[in-house]
Amino acid sequence: MLLPAPRRLLFHAAIGAAFLLMLAPVAMVMIISVFRQEIVSFPPPGLTLEWYVNAWARQEFARGFLTSLQVALLATAIGVPLGTAAALALQRSAIKGKGALNTLLLGPLAVPGVVAGTALYMFYLRAEFWLDRDLTATLEGLVAAHVLLTIPWTVRLVSASLQGLDRTAEEAAANLGARPLTVFRRVTLPMLRPGIVAAALFSFIQSFENLELTLLLVGPGRTTLPVAMLSYLEFRIDPTLAAVATVQILLVAGLMLITDRFVKLSRVV
Amino acid sequence: MGSLVLEALSKRYGSSTAVERVDLEVAQGEMVALLGPSGCGKTTTLRMVAGFIPPSGGRVLIGGQDVTRAPPYARDTGMVFQSYALFPHMSVAQNVAFGLEMRKVGRAERDERVMEALRLVRLDHLADRLPRQLSGGQQQRVALARALVVNPAVFLLDEPLSNLDAKLRGEVRMEIRALQQRLGLTTLIVTHDQEEALTMADRLVVMERGRVRQVGTAEELYEHPADPFVAGFVGRCNLVSGRLEGGGFRAESGALLRCDSTGAPADAALLALRPERIRLDPDPAGEARITAVTYLGAQTEYHVEQRGTTLLVTRPTPPLGDPMRRLAVGDAVVLSWDAAAVRLLPAA
Repeated sequence: MLLPAPRRLLFHAAIGAAFLLMLAPVAMVMIISVFRQEIVSFPPPGLTLEWYVNAWARQEFARGFLTSLQVALLATAIGVPLGTAAALALQRSAIKGKGALNTLLLGPLAVPGVVAGTALYMFYLRAEFWLDRDLTATLEGLVAAHVLLTIPWTVRLVSASLQGLDRTAEEAAANLGARPLTVFRRVTLPMLRPGIVAAALFSFIQSFENLELTLLLVGPGRTTLPVAMLSYLEFRIDPTLAAVATVQILLVAGLMLITDRFVKLSRVV
Repeated sequence: MGSLVLEALSKRYGSSTAVERVDLEVAQGEMVALLGPSGCGKTTTLRMVAGFIPPSGGRVLIGGQDVTRAPPYARDTGMVFQSYALFPHMSVAQNVAFGLEMRKVGRAERDERVMEALRLVRLDHLADRLPRQLSGGQQQRVALARALVVNPAVFLLDEPLSNLDAKLRGEVRMEIRALQQRLGLTTLIVTHDQEEALTMADRLVVMERGRVRQVGTAEELYEHPADPFVAGFVGRCNLVSGRLEGGGFRAESGALLRCDSTGAPADAALLALRPERIRLDPDPAGEARITAVTYLGAQTEYHVEQRGTTLLVTRPTPPLGDPMRRLAVGDAVVLSWDAAAVRLLPAA
């Protein structure tokens, strides 16, 4: 349908405005990261990559980055199989109370991160007493907490994939002589692949960028990148943070682009 | 290869019955169609044969062996699904090879048999494509090759043509029938399309509400329908209710219709008459009136009303210039038919 010219113009303007609104903050961060002056002001006195060097030179960002990467990868590796198994149980099995289970598994999305983080912190302290070992400020403690972030996304995305899955393909495999486990491995799982890949991507991003839930669970020497950025912000404001954020943005954008090459994200999400 | 026998096969869901004591024997190399409206239990029956639905009662025997409790993967059936059910992440060749892999057929023999099966359905040039890169008809043929390559004892087809357009349907129909006859496959096909059943199958099973209404060849069902349901479902049929009176049949509307009542059931309450068996002649003195004329190319359909009873008449379209060609709504005509063309049936 061809819109009359003024309406079409308005339509395009609205789309442009929406993009601007979403992308302006991101673009701003990237631009500031190359300003020379420490206190951000316009017009910039000059451009520099010095803040990137500074960010890398500062231990807390480099180590925070590595910790975040480690935690996000482990949480994804644990949470996605768990969430997939849960989605299979919710969609396929005859267990009772599926509705309640589903709500429970999506729960971490509904509880504010700070609340969940505080609850976990208190729980960890109690558990440390019983187990007689550290949980707060340990890798295990962080990973366990971040698995909570990955499960709702995985359950949602894999459930949606399962609902759209053509079950007759599974029947055809059984008809051709495949036992249930073979059917799952050779037909069901490959057909779920887009959903699982998308779940892994979103899980990774959720974990990698999480601040609120993590805040109380880190400790000296074991801090994630978002928490390191917040601590830095408490004492100084300079474009170093913008440089770190830019690296973070580029990493996530890169991950999405790579994933999209294998699985059309727009088809799953 | 083998025969297929169903003995009193039943399926109940709670208090409702999907399939009620179906008995059927499909001989080695025979093709039998389960025909009926949707919800008649034909697909449930087929799925019980494949092992996807556990029967509530009765037995399924394949090649003389009781497989009633066997899981689908342990039954030697090859099924073609209505939606084709191809594996979307595998190439055409991988799809076809799947059943052979499950049977642990060696690589060399596997490749050979896959190509042979693909040649059979004329798709050997598309072996490396993914299913989504193929047309509907091609996908259908991949599904056929995939089911046939394992040499199943029983070949099962679930509405295999319903997703194809009309022209392709005719082609694939002939292709399936030719393959089935060439390979001597014991075949059970489910369809709601009577033309499909009539043209493909050696014998037809007409089902309604979970029960078998009649089993027979296309000709038997068409010429000698056992009940009004079969008469109306297989081909088109004028069904007029009334009762026998003297040598004729008195329609409820009052018209006396010619029929041959010898051997008719005493409780005959319906007269069944195929529309193409009725002759129609223009006659200004005739008491029948044309109420509708539908030109269908090779045939023309007339609705003719005679003393309150409307009959459907189909005649080959007369050539241009023939006086019959000018028949129009309101014209007076005379209807006639052989008394032997009439079937008298008990009430529905």
